[in-house]
Amino acid sequence: MTKYIIRRLLGIIPTLLIIITLSFFIVRVAPGGPFDTEKKLPEVVMRNIEAKYHLDEPLVVQYGRYMFDVLRGDLGPSFRYKDHDVNFYIFQSLPNSMILGVIAISISIIFGISSGMLAAVKQNTWVDYLSMALAVVGISVPLFVIAPVLQYVFAMQLGWLPTSGWFTNGDGWQTILLPAVTLAFADFATIARLTRSSMLDTLRSDYIRTAKAKGMRSSSIIFKHAMKGSMLPIVSYLGPAFAGIITGSVVVEQVFRIPGLGKFFVQSSFNRDYTLIVGVVIVYSVILVIMNFIVDVVYSLLDPRITYK
Amino acid sequence: MNKKTPKSYENMLEVKNLKTYFLTDAGIVKAVDGISFSLRQGETLGIVGESGCGKSVTNLSIMRLIPSPPGKIVDGQIIFEGTDILALPENELRNIRGNKISMVFQDPMTSLNPFLRISTQMIETIRIHQDISKKEALAKSIEMLKLVGIPAAEERIFNYPHQFSGGMRQRVMIAMALSCEAKILIADEPTTALDVTIQAQILELIQKLSKKLNTSVILITHDLGVVAGMCENVCVMYAGKIVEKAKTDDLYKQPAHPYTFGLIQSVPRLDKAKDGKLFSIEGQPPNVIDLPPCCPFHPRCHKVMDICRNQYPPTVDLGNSHEVSCWLYAEHKELADA
Repeated sequence: MTKYIIRRLLGIIPTLLIIITLSFFIVRVAPGGPFDTEKKLPEVVMRNIEAKYHLDEPLVVQYGRYMFDVLRGDLGPSFRYKDHDVNFYIFQSLPNSMILGVIAISISIIFGISSGMLAAVKQNTWVDYLSMALAVVGISVPLFVIAPVLQYVFAMQLGWLPTSGWFTNGDGWQTILLPAVTLAFADFATIARLTRSSMLDTLRSDYIRTAKAKGMRSSSIIFKHAMKGSMLPIVSYLGPAFAGIITGSVVVEQVFRIPGLGKFFVQSSFNRDYTLIVGVVIVYSVILVIMNFIVDVVYSLLDPRITYK
Repeated sequence: MNKKTPKSYENMLEVKNLKTYFLTDAGIVKAVDGISFSLRQGETLGIVGESGCGKSVTNLSIMRLIPSPPGKIVDGQIIFEGTDILALPENELRNIRGNKISMVFQDPMTSLNPFLRISTQMIETIRIHQDISKKEALAKSIEMLKLVGIPAAEERIFNYPHQFSGGMRQRVMIAMALSCEAKILIADEPTTALDVTIQAQILELIQKLSKKLNTSVILITHDLGVVAGMCENVCVMYAGKIVEKAKTDDLYKQPAHPYTFGLIQSVPRLDKAKDGKLFSIEGQPPNVIDLPPCCPFHPRCHKVMDICRNQYPPTVDLGNSHEVSCWLYAEHKELADA
């Protein structure tokens, strides 16, 4: 197992190198550049800027220079924001997105698994229909609809929570709640549906019949015998979902005024801000690769039939 | 029907007019349609029949393990130690399951929980029904594993099911089923999923242990050879009904029902197969959805008469507890009435 973990961790390195290389070249293939404006800049100015950011060098040299910086942990200067470099923007906003994401995914795990299990155990009753109806709402209603509705009800009508803001800006910890619930909705829905179907599958299996024939209570059958097996699909869903949610959501950040990482995914692309684009891609892929690795380890902890050598 | 039951325990288990139906979109599947049989203490009863004849459903009904919906026990009584299992509330039913009546299932590969150690699964079974410590339960489980012939039981008990072979897993199932000294062991095709060489070992084990622990056994099988070796009495099922019931010797010597006759003829025999052709009963078992009130075997029967196509035959007692449901043996009076 230890050997496997070390091998997997080493395997992450080439994966990341490939991702960085691909995104480095792909962003440069896209038409337009970071300094294109409505009004064309004078030739001399343009050449000066390009020289400053080494854009006048051959692509391979630029690539080598960039890789050298990245390996030392420097993601380079932003081509658009002049005050700070890419490292600063990412590591200032990432913790905010992470806090929000962790809270959101915790909410969706707790409510998703419990309502999915209830739905499976009480299949074809009102409990089942209610939680699955809620899940369909969660899947089909977009965030930019859920967010204002929650703001309207809980902030404007009831006055329980602030409409927007963020605690690092001095707006109080309550600002986390509404965006977290909003963000939790989609994953809650998917987890609830996954849990329900996988629980139903497990409850139909032979070993559950054996447990019943042994005289076990239904509650202990569900928690002792059915839980482990039915959690496998949820675990594999959670890996990428977690990576996605803690790297921020542009919609939720905009609606609730949160200084998160999500907006950089969108803005950097519009701006052709090459280094910032590749920077957020690197952060996202590091998290994703680590999550997938954790999923595999958790899998082997849950299922004794899976062993890694 | 008379709901009060006589207080005689000479029969461990009495199944009376059991009807288990499955309500499907295609219609009502009468998987078990009015069967009755009884089981004495220490007796081994065989239930034979083709796939889908209702033999497994019968035994799942005894444990009330029919998946519902769509399954439903619509009528009948199952009297165990003077009480009707079908009328018991859930908590008293749990006291019978695994404790007084236990089951060994067909496929040992899927019947044990792959996520839990054997020790967990065995200790849990014992501790549901007996108020003893985990340590004592573990000691008892190891003892049971030794009894069923698991080598190095003290170590193997901490393994997971996938670390055992099929035959070994079935041994574990048997050990688990008998760990609370059940009075009745229901073995639902316990050897079907196993290697031929292992089959005999498992059957011998069931036989040996049931004698030792004085457990009554219901053995469900489609293998008449197995029945001959193990059972004192046999019920032959066809399309949800028992068509013949007899002592095993009588059944082999004088099979009364044409279906039983066909079944016995179909067992391949080394001394007769020289000309190469194996006997088989022509045709397929009937679809048990909306079965008309005729003898369900008539399309495949070589002794079919007109009346077989119109009416289900009465059960005739041939003496020496040999019963058969076939018009061939009906009294003239019944024939005339029909």
